[in-house]
Amino acid sequence: MLLRRTKRIERMIDDFLDVVSEGGILFSKAIRFYVEENTEEFDARRLKVSELESTADQLRRDIEMELYAHTLIPESRGDVLAILENTDDIIDNIKETLLQFSVEHPKIPHEFASQYIELAIASGESVDALVTGVRCFFRDVKTVKDHLHKVYLHEKEADKIAERLKRAIFNSDIELAWKNHLRYFALHVEHVSDYAETMADRLSIYTIKRQV
Amino acid sequence: MILLIYLSSGLFLAWSLGANNAANVFGPAVSTKMVKFRTAAILTSIFVILGAVYEGAGASQTLGKLGSVNALGGAFTVALAAAITVAGMTKMGLPVSTSQAIVGGIIGWNFFSGSLTDFSALSKIFGTWVICPILAAIFSYIFYKLYLVFIVRTRIHLLRLDALTRFFYLAVTAFGAYSLGANNIANAMGVFVPASPFHDIQVMSGFTLSGTQVLFLIGSIAIGVGVITYSHNVIRTVGNDLFRLSSVGGLIVILAEAWVLFIFGSQSLHDWMLAHNLPAFPLVPVSSSQAVVGGVIGIAIAKGGRNIQFRVLGRISMGWVTTPIIACLITFILLFFVQNVFDQKVHNESSYDFSRNVITELSEHDIDFDKLEPLKGTSFKNARELNNFLSGVDQYSMEEKGLILAYGAVDPIEVTTQGIRIIQNDYLSKQQLSAIEELDGTTYKHRWQFVQALSDASDAWRTDTGNKQKDDETQERLNYIINHFRIQ
Repeated sequence: MLLRRTKRIERMIDDFLDVVSEGGILFSKAIRFYVEENTEEFDARRLKVSELESTADQLRRDIEMELYAHTLIPESRGDVLAILENTDDIIDNIKETLLQFSVEHPKIPHEFASQYIELAIASGESVDALVTGVRCFFRDVKTVKDHLHKVYLHEKEADKIAERLKRAIFNSDIELAWKNHLRYFALHVEHVSDYAETMADRLSIYTIKRQV
Repeated sequence: MILLIYLSSGLFLAWSLGANNAANVFGPAVSTKMVKFRTAAILTSIFVILGAVYEGAGASQTLGKLGSVNALGGAFTVALAAAITVAGMTKMGLPVSTSQAIVGGIIGWNFFSGSLTDFSALSKIFGTWVICPILAAIFSYIFYKLYLVFIVRTRIHLLRLDALTRFFYLAVTAFGAYSLGANNIANAMGVFVPASPFHDIQVMSGFTLSGTQVLFLIGSIAIGVGVITYSHNVIRTVGNDLFRLSSVGGLIVILAEAWVLFIFGSQSLHDWMLAHNLPAFPLVPVSSSQAVVGGVIGIAIAKGGRNIQFRVLGRISMGWVTTPIIACLITFILLFFVQNVFDQKVHNESSYDFSRNVITELSEHDIDFDKLEPLKGTSFKNARELNNFLSGVDQYSMEEKGLILAYGAVDPIEVTTQGIRIIQNDYLSKQQLSAIEELDGTTYKHRWQFVQALSDASDAWRTDTGNKQKDDETQERLNYIINHFRIQ
């Protein structure tokens, strides 16, 4: 009985992480389509991410309910719930960023296109590494730090690309308002990896707590 | 009613054992919220009773060897002194264990009654106390390493590990409670065994509880009451301090503790090891708290040996010496009061007499006749006087001294028609009963003479048939008959 319930919640957690991971992959694809001015494909990805975000929210709530209702993992429950909530924030942020693109419709000059794509890929990869780290937190706590290391690596990479992109934007001849608009979107994309980094910091502490 | 008053100190000790020490068995399960208090308390109570009744005799025999408190008043006082020692030292924040207090109490009684303290039994007990936390540390170290291997190999999900931990907590709590009952019932009830007024009772057809088991059953019920009524407070106040470990860490510590209590308390394991020519562990009541501390240290060492508070170890070893000494002093003083102020009998005089037939009997037990010459015709008021005399002569081995004490002890027995009439008929076999009837009207100065007369009258009274179970049963019945016809 207890084991059956446990398996169900395990499956829910796995589903939740799959959703977030998929969100990360779709994010970089959506940005690529946007930059390439393929609006149809961009919208399709954006709507899919929006759907995934709702699913993630629902799954998170269900998992929280189950953990509380059956007083499961009493010692690490607080940490697990924080992990789920913070991970959920990442897909929220991805959805929000794509929405900003859709609403404000920034015009990306051709010379910056590849850097926006690069930045989106680095951010997406940091999310993917983080999700793998979270999976390991549940199953193989010793390997968590290997994945967190990758999160930090991708986040640093995203920082560098963002800086390069912003410098290029402000060194260009376009209008200041346009420059500001482009900088604002570079920041948005970069923020996804920042979220992943913040979450990685917390996860490393939760991991240490689990090992004590 | 009088009996209940006499037993009250032991029952109080049993209650406090349940209230305080049972937390060592299921405290982590409750404080880490893995098992509900109600479930843990009920499970613990049931298994403490099973362990005490089924396995408790071994450790109490070791206490009996240390000193046989042969009057109910004495047993009451010894248990009371132990309870006072435990309560007082706990109040003062000193490390204390019921096992150590009761041993001190028995030694105090030996001093008061002029009985001899068996130093080989004492050294065995002391050695076990030292080994107990060390063994618990070794066990928990091994269990922790095995757990790490299990975690790495299986890559078990956190939630499934949680479910498994809950299941194992129930199993280990039951095992720990069983071991606690087996090992620690002797602390509360052991001193009452030699003076126990209980006879065997038939519970169901083919299932009999011996007098000692009845005594342990009552004691373990008191432990159960302690668990249910008070242990929750103890877990709330000290449980979390003792176990600042994860739920799995707590589980490993109790498992290690349960094994230590089991190997030093289980009569069946002891018998099994002897039957397979393996070195058996001595059956000695040990401190569950110290086993827990040992277990925690084992895990700390397995994690790299950081944060070990060596002061705690110093305090434990101090308790091995100070607790028995304090309990011994309190017992001596209390015995004096109970005997002289309340006019209660706290010990039965055990004088020694070496008439010709005792000397002859001793010489048949491979003691050189010349060696026995100085003893001829002597008599002694108590064991200490006899021991001083034997030490003065200085020619006897420890084994010979033991035989001289056993055969010289005056223990008058009279078989009367009235006494035969009120024997529990269904407890003895027909042959055993008719052998007793043959001895109607006879009197004996020494216990061995009566035992010899019985086995001469019928083979049904022999305790050397080689069938251990049968011999043990005959011995139980023999003890009952001796108590029955003993002239008080």
